[in-house]
Amino acid sequence: MTSAISAAVTTRGARLDRPQSYWTLAARRFLRHRVAVAGLAVLAAIAAMAVLAGVLAPHNPTAIDATAFRAAPSAVHPLGTDSVGRDVLSRLVYASRVSLSVGLLAVTMYVVIGTAVGAAAAYHGGTVDLVLSRLMDIVLSFPPLIIILFAVSVFGRPSLWNVILVLGLLGWPPVARLVRGQVLALRQQEFVHAARAMGAGDVRLILRHLLPNAMAPVLVAATFGTANAILIEAALSFLGLGVQPPTPSWGNMLTDAQSLTVLEQMPWLWVPPGFMILLSVLVINFVGDGLRDALDPSLKL
Amino acid sequence: MQRYLARRLLITVPILLGITVLSYLILSLTPGDPVQMLIDPNATQADLEIRRRELGLNDPIAVRYVKWLGEVLRGNLGYSFSTGAPVARRIGERVLPTLTLTVTALVLSYAVAVPVGMVAATRRYTWVDYVATFVAFLGISLPTFFLGLAGIYIFALRLRWLPVGGTQTLGGDGGLLDALHHLVLPATVLAAAGAGALTRYVRSSMLEVLGQDYVRTAHAKGLAERLVVRRHALRNALIPVVTLAGLQIPALLAGAVITEQVFEWPGMGRLTIEAINQRDYPVLMGITLITAVFVALGNLLADITYSVVDPRIRYD
Repeated sequence: MTSAISAAVTTRGARLDRPQSYWTLAARRFLRHRVAVAGLAVLAAIAAMAVLAGVLAPHNPTAIDATAFRAAPSAVHPLGTDSVGRDVLSRLVYASRVSLSVGLLAVTMYVVIGTAVGAAAAYHGGTVDLVLSRLMDIVLSFPPLIIILFAVSVFGRPSLWNVILVLGLLGWPPVARLVRGQVLALRQQEFVHAARAMGAGDVRLILRHLLPNAMAPVLVAATFGTANAILIEAALSFLGLGVQPPTPSWGNMLTDAQSLTVLEQMPWLWVPPGFMILLSVLVINFVGDGLRDALDPSLKL
Repeated sequence: MQRYLARRLLITVPILLGITVLSYLILSLTPGDPVQMLIDPNATQADLEIRRRELGLNDPIAVRYVKWLGEVLRGNLGYSFSTGAPVARRIGERVLPTLTLTVTALVLSYAVAVPVGMVAATRRYTWVDYVATFVAFLGISLPTFFLGLAGIYIFALRLRWLPVGGTQTLGGDGGLLDALHHLVLPATVLAAAGAGALTRYVRSSMLEVLGQDYVRTAHAKGLAERLVVRRHALRNALIPVVTLAGLQIPALLAGAVITEQVFEWPGMGRLTIEAINQRDYPVLMGITLITAVFVALGNLLADITYSVVDPRIRYD
């Protein structure tokens, strides 16, 4: 504060610095985080690959080449073909759609649920808070992967949408906890009392004053959550409980590598999809790290 | 302190009850009746009748839940659809391998994370820190199954240093060395993700402590850097880190499902996959219930250790 004033005084007559918003400052801090910026660039490239899959893939990802089963990389099939004779490179390109949509949709779903529950708990307090907080503890006690495995096996045939739905419905407690903590702290601040004194109702108070100020850590958590959702989808599909072939997913492309023959003699079948999972999860985590440093360095996520 | 402990224990009771309610509700969604699953399929016709009447299959759902809970508390988790054996026994056989794997992985991840995180913090913004941070992120971002497959490919198939899977050599002497030989790769793979997250945590916790006044005082009175870091800073930095062990349980158990599948490790994780493939809901339920209870108790343990190792913490 003092330094801002003195800076304004010393630059009198020259260009006065306009006051900068929190988000402008955050954007500037983010851009200084070189690894995060590089991560964002790679992530953009992966997203572009997902959007342009139809143009980029040399073959139809589900088309079967009857002349080539588990064929080694060649001019026609740059990354070879899988056990059924499908082009690995084309499947690799199309599978980015699965990973990104699971990440985005599941996380959007649980951020909405978690924000609503957390805000309700903190805003109403008392019994509502007690019940909702215990509910968070209970849901958090079930290791996500195990409850997801259970849910997938109960709700019939595993599919992309089942995975998204289950991840979206079970992932909310950490977000709810985060929002609850933020809103509890904000509720006591003077601008909230002022807004209330000016006649703002519950809904306006929550949506207009409390939540926007509570969103920075949620954004960071959502970014790390996206990386995690991609990992869980890949694991489920690898186990045969997620996205089902012929739809390509980086996880289910690795299923065949459980056979030692494939693992030892056909690395083109399993190294590229594994690398793509690693790459996309890694760059999203880097972006999350940069966001955390830019928005709130004291956050421990 | 005692009041805090008492209150913390009291909170755990509704959580555990909630876990059983949720478990029962999930089980009700599966084909078959949760209470029916509690009846030994190998019993005689007359015994079956008696048990059915005892358990009251036509009672309202709340009553049936209470009866189910009573049986569960007495250790009856039902009978496996696929083998007919009691669920508790099927799970019991698998506990030891999973415990060996997860505890080894936990110890391993701390053994790596504490020194690496400490060095990264004391040499902040040097190449050591950057390398450590990058490797930590790599650990967090590597899918367990890919790391496992790559580990098998490199160390078992190419270099032939380690076995591809299992807990011991078939027809071997079953000695300790052989068991350790089989444990190295799966435990390392399972430890990777946890080690990455812990390293980040040790680093940030250490940085926080290094900035405090008493550390500056220790420097000012001329103590050697090594002593300041190890004796003064590290001890306090490790307080929150030690309690994290209890919170690692869900991640470790989830990781174990995949690691055990990749390495054909005969533990609870592999049993989970078998139960899913056979639609063996009583077994699946038993595993879910037991892991949830483990996690809740792990959280309790984390909170208690925290209040014990850090006497500054007051909860009033």
